[in-house]
Amino acid sequence: MDNLITTVDWSRWQFAMTAIYHWLFVPLTLGLSVIVAIMETISFRKKSEKWLRTTKFWMTLLAINFAIGVATGIILEFEFGTNWSNYSWFVGDIFGAPLAIEGILAFFMEATFGAVMFFGWGKVSARFHLASTWLTAIGASISALWILVANSWMQYPVGMEFDPAQMRNVMDNFWALFSPVAINKFFHAVLSGWALAGAFVIAVSCYFLWRGSNRDFAIRSIKVGAWTGLVGLLLTMYTGDGSAVEVTRTQPMKLAAMEGLYEGHAPQSLVAVGLVNPDKKWDNDEPEYLFDISLPYGLSILARHDYTAFVPGIKDIIEGVDVNENGDTIYTVSYQERIARGKAAQAALHSYGVAMQDNDTAAMKSALDALEADYPYFGYGYFNSVDEAIPPVALTFYSFRVMVILGSFFLLFFIVCLIWVYKSEKTFNKARWMQMVAMIALPFMYICSQAGWIVAEVGRQPWTVQDLLPVGAAISAIPSSSVIVTFWMFAVIFTLLLIAEVGIMIHWVKKGVNNPELN
Amino acid sequence: MNTIEPSQTLLMLQDYWWIIISLLGGILVFLLFVQGGQSMLLNNRGTGATQIILKAMGRKWELTFTTLVTFGGALFASFPLFYSTSFGGAFWLWILILFSFIIQAVSYEYRDKAGNLFGRRGYDIFLFINGSVGCILLGVAVAMFFFGGQFTVERLNLVTPDATVISTWAPTHGFEAIFCWKNLILGVAVLFLARTLAGLYILNASTLSDQLFQYFKSRLIINAGIFLVFFLAFVAILLTTTGYTVMSATSLGTIVEETPYKYFHNLIGNPATLVCFLVGVVLVLVGIIRTILSKHYTAGIWWSGLGTVLTVMALFWMAGFNDTPFLPSTLDPSSSLSIRNASSSEFTLQTMSYVSILIPFVLGYIWYVWRSIDKNKVTADKE
Repeated sequence: MDNLITTVDWSRWQFAMTAIYHWLFVPLTLGLSVIVAIMETISFRKKSEKWLRTTKFWMTLLAINFAIGVATGIILEFEFGTNWSNYSWFVGDIFGAPLAIEGILAFFMEATFGAVMFFGWGKVSARFHLASTWLTAIGASISALWILVANSWMQYPVGMEFDPAQMRNVMDNFWALFSPVAINKFFHAVLSGWALAGAFVIAVSCYFLWRGSNRDFAIRSIKVGAWTGLVGLLLTMYTGDGSAVEVTRTQPMKLAAMEGLYEGHAPQSLVAVGLVNPDKKWDNDEPEYLFDISLPYGLSILARHDYTAFVPGIKDIIEGVDVNENGDTIYTVSYQERIARGKAAQAALHSYGVAMQDNDTAAMKSALDALEADYPYFGYGYFNSVDEAIPPVALTFYSFRVMVILGSFFLLFFIVCLIWVYKSEKTFNKARWMQMVAMIALPFMYICSQAGWIVAEVGRQPWTVQDLLPVGAAISAIPSSSVIVTFWMFAVIFTLLLIAEVGIMIHWVKKGVNNPELN
Repeated sequence: MNTIEPSQTLLMLQDYWWIIISLLGGILVFLLFVQGGQSMLLNNRGTGATQIILKAMGRKWELTFTTLVTFGGALFASFPLFYSTSFGGAFWLWILILFSFIIQAVSYEYRDKAGNLFGRRGYDIFLFINGSVGCILLGVAVAMFFFGGQFTVERLNLVTPDATVISTWAPTHGFEAIFCWKNLILGVAVLFLARTLAGLYILNASTLSDQLFQYFKSRLIINAGIFLVFFLAFVAILLTTTGYTVMSATSLGTIVEETPYKYFHNLIGNPATLVCFLVGVVLVLVGIIRTILSKHYTAGIWWSGLGTVLTVMALFWMAGFNDTPFLPSTLDPSSSLSIRNASSSEFTLQTMSYVSILIPFVLGYIWYVWRSIDKNKVTADKE
């Protein structure tokens, strides 16, 4: 049992580490591919050599980033099999389809036309090259669509039924996978990539200005970067609002963890800044926060778009308090009862399996009736106490605030950049403090982006599939020592490759700074 | 024993998806010519061959990589029990394959760039490792379709406290497969097939000096010779091996029976498999022999490439059709995986089948882009 727990934890760490590295590169690919496509379009339409040079400069940075994104991506797909084999069987009938479709429809498009984009200069016509650049950008976004559809399904499993004979879930409605949760998540994640790429282009361009080099090139790039970043960020915020409503509806425990809220009220304030109390448990009387500055009505508005709405906290949810679709507070099933009924569902499934082996149809029917009654709580049967069903509150709480606060800063940042650079290029050229702010801001954009995923993934723990399969029951039967070795193996190689990527990018940017023809 | 009769549609869809998987597998093995080229990167100093190999393979590496990912995704979607059992069981085999592809993905882009941390030589070694180890291990993975693995599958474990994992594997977790000599024979055959195809592709896609032309041709002869020895050895072992026949499949177990010369029967018993295999092998040989015998012939890659796809497809059909478990369990034969007990549901396979209609379109634009890029031949002095 101890070994199992260690295997579970190391597998979680390994998946989290791989996902974090992967998401360092993917948003830049998603956004920069669009920026490069815009630049190449301008170059094509204006027959402009300077825009062509600009396009090629950023395209090289895209290529450097693209390669390492591909490298980290392959591991994520196969880790579902290597480290989460029970998961792969239990929901593979549904989850595998988006991955396969991604490969067939999106990944080939991205790779095929990406090869033309990166290596096709002079080998194909300018028109075909431009089309390839756009198709690469579109392919990257379609690729993200299928992955995010798959991820959303784990958080909000729909469009399937349980097949007791096979002991797995099977798909019965493909289109249900495109739930509001999935649509929001897709736009939220992809458009945040535009914002990140915008900040990246502005930061690198400001380095040019800081060094007094290729000013026209830098200003051109800043304009495209800032527009892309602003549009991306505004839409990210809009879809973020949609995501909050969906989380409230489908994963109330995650929302409660995001807010560090144990006992909800109507109306419910939102903590703008605060420190969660590490001693707070759902069943003690400790205060929720050591310190907080709250916005009245804030969480009610965020969660339900109704400033008087009740929002349940962790304790409420555990005790079975929820809000129905009409906004009425209702009593559902407590976590204690869910655990009991989950265990009953598992016992019924076991009986069904045994009866099936014995070809005892009467016993099979009886077991099936019992299973159907309790199946919604199947996953809770793997827990022995309600504490196991609560996500890490502090990490979710702080990550949410980091994401929102930094996101708000970048909204201001893009607006200031755009107004300034259009109003007076000359003063922007000389504003060294602004250039420094832009360069320092870039790592914070990455932190903002990562924080968003931490909220999404840590906040839904301990579930791999919401309410159906917790992480402890989703793993492979491999010794923890193997996972520890592979964790460090991947950690070392990803870190070295990241260092290589950053090193190459820095050299390329410096080369651009020293190349007056870039202007 | 309870038997749940599957519908005819499901049986048809299972067959269809095994054919799709075999097609993807065939294309993947053909595209391993990229890895084959990489495995020839070292020990070329002073010949100019290294630059040619890198330029030729650098144009195509993403296609191999993408096909591998799609192959994995399609297996997951269509035969999730295989994905679950093999990947989670033969853990180290798959992890080493993946590791070799991580280090490949960055190498073409990074090796010539300043500040790349490992230097050119470092990335060349990465490519060499991917080329040689990747090919051998992928061959080992495919060989397991015939020679099996040491695993058990018990679905009831899902609801058994403290032992919830349904598939359990031998404690060596894939190392036993890597060090199985029968698997290694196919692994080595795949490596030398990939090197042979790489030679054929380079001759086709490059404008070479006489010296380099002869250099690649001489290596082609050696690689093709070694490939044939190992491939024939593999075929001989395969056709004389005792396999399993699935006698009955239920949701909770499979009854299998040992069948001497199982794969020989699978080959000759199914005309499509037999024709595909024979035509494939002949085409591979035609491509190689015409290139070797003719002084200036460079189109051998297309003959051998098509032959490779057909041969691999036939091998997959031998592994999966005719009531054959495509992942036999040597530990508990009743746990063996067949296309009947390891597949997705009828609904999922049908949905995926609609998507698969687009595969010819995807192949079409890949072909178009391939031709567009390859109009400009690789040369030693420009790219």
